[in-house]
Amino acid sequence: MKEISQLNLPDDVRYAEEHEWARPEGEKVRVGIDDYAQDQLGDIVFVELPQVGDTFEKDEEFGTVESVKAVSELYMPIGGEILAVNTALEEFPELLNSDPYDDGWMIDVIPNNPDDWDALMTKDAYIEALKGGK
Amino acid sequence: MRYLPHTSEDITSMLEEVGVDGLDGLFSTIPEDCRHRDDLNLPEPLTEWELNDRMGALSDSMAVSPEYKMFIGAGSYQHYIPASVSSLLGRSEFVTSYTPYQPEISQGTLQAIYEYQTLTTRLLGMEVANASIYDGASALAEALLMALRITKKRKVAISSLIHPLYRRVVQTYCEPSGYEIAELPYLDDGRTDLSKLAGMNDLGAVAVQSPNFFGCIENLKEISEMVHEKSALLVASFTEPLAYGLFKNPGSQGADIACGEGQSLGIPQSFGGPVLGMFASKMKYVRSMPGRLVGKTTDMDGKRGFVLTLSTREQHIRREKATSNICTNNSLCALAAAMYMASMGGTGMRELAMLNYDKSEYLKSELKKAGFKINFESPTFNEFVVEFPAGFKNTYERLLEKKIVAGLPLAPYYPELSSHYLLCVTETRTRQDIDALVREVKS
Repeated sequence: MKEISQLNLPDDVRYAEEHEWARPEGEKVRVGIDDYAQDQLGDIVFVELPQVGDTFEKDEEFGTVESVKAVSELYMPIGGEILAVNTALEEFPELLNSDPYDDGWMIDVIPNNPDDWDALMTKDAYIEALKGGK
Repeated sequence: MRYLPHTSEDITSMLEEVGVDGLDGLFSTIPEDCRHRDDLNLPEPLTEWELNDRMGALSDSMAVSPEYKMFIGAGSYQHYIPASVSSLLGRSEFVTSYTPYQPEISQGTLQAIYEYQTLTTRLLGMEVANASIYDGASALAEALLMALRITKKRKVAISSLIHPLYRRVVQTYCEPSGYEIAELPYLDDGRTDLSKLAGMNDLGAVAVQSPNFFGCIENLKEISEMVHEKSALLVASFTEPLAYGLFKNPGSQGADIACGEGQSLGIPQSFGGPVLGMFASKMKYVRSMPGRLVGKTTDMDGKRGFVLTLSTREQHIRREKATSNICTNNSLCALAAAMYMASMGGTGMRELAMLNYDKSEYLKSELKKAGFKINFESPTFNEFVVEFPAGFKNTYERLLEKKIVAGLPLAPYYPELSSHYLLCVTETRTRQDIDALVREVKS
């Protein structure tokens, strides 16, 4: 497991308590799981993602990620409609381990509530939360 | 492990240890009116030899093999069980081991299940099999639920030639969950009528059985093409897996899930149980499969090891996300099936299947010669339907007195088939048995 100081936590994304990240890209927001989450899970072997067109509220479950050790639910960092899913993960779930912020992205969302974004943590706040034992 | 009853000294010292006066003290939290005060209404105890006599008398009062000549199958088949299977299965390390929850210490049990899974996939022509579930009926119901999970649809079509009791179990599973079940009628040739499929929408799965309840072999290949055109999954059910020693197996015909009863493979009939639910599917659906799987891996030193795989689909790990409420498998029965398949080998399975087929064809042709009607003309394996003249019931009763069980009357399950009987001939019936049956039904 990585120390907090070793984690790759980019500045251009925001973080949710359940260790998803969100990055605004024009009208949409791209979502994935962060370096801490992939490191904790270990080798990821399967990802189950929603269908394009599905709608979820913030904190609603949108899929699952399965490592050799455990299965974890994925929760929406922001509510909205699914615009796209990263189908490459069906065949190459290990992208979540190797490149969680780019090739390992999970879904694109059209947000339906701007407040959701404001409730997410900045990098600094997230590091504080991780230090607090999350 | 030995099970010894406690002596009264044991009980007294245990009660002292926990600090209660007597047994009543232990149960003080149970309300008075919930407790049974009188003696149980049981007969006096028997000695062991008296008990043996009593059990013997009970079993003598029933028409069972080998004393009776059985021509009845209908989901439970009398097959010869090789001595190797009975002998190996009785070993204490197999009999006493429950399916493991601390799996890594049970390498032998895990390897045995792994072998069972491997042999099952080969017999059924599928890519992956689970460690087994309760029985053929629950396997079918679980398969339909699995297909609905995969396709995200709400409706299944099920052949009316699937074992009637299996269909009841499917109803029990599906109806409370709000799933819709459509039944497919049958054709004059004894196969499923698929014409209704064309008009059905939102179909998640189509289930057929082959050989079906009339013993007829369904055209699985053609059915799978139709089903896949509707973007549904084909669930191929079976009650007699030995047929795949001779006929093409479900996997080679395009089935997505193959499931059914494995009792034929080395498990005694014993009044309906315990039996074996066999369950296999295509690899791409493995994450939606119910039950547990055993996988093979290597440890850090490169040594071979067996592990429980995909346990996160089971309710003891992840209850609300479990793929099934069944959280165990029929390990000992699965082991019997593995031993049976391994004892027979591919060639043996084929020869035995051929023997079943030939003997049953012999009875069929003798009955035809004697003037009885075989209405469903599709190919069969070791079971077929014959129409006897009205009033055959009396002959049936007379034959019972002569210790011959002349098949299963179909009327209770298919009221339109009032004089039809489902007859089965396995390798355990001799030519003399068959000739005697024909002679008796003629007279």
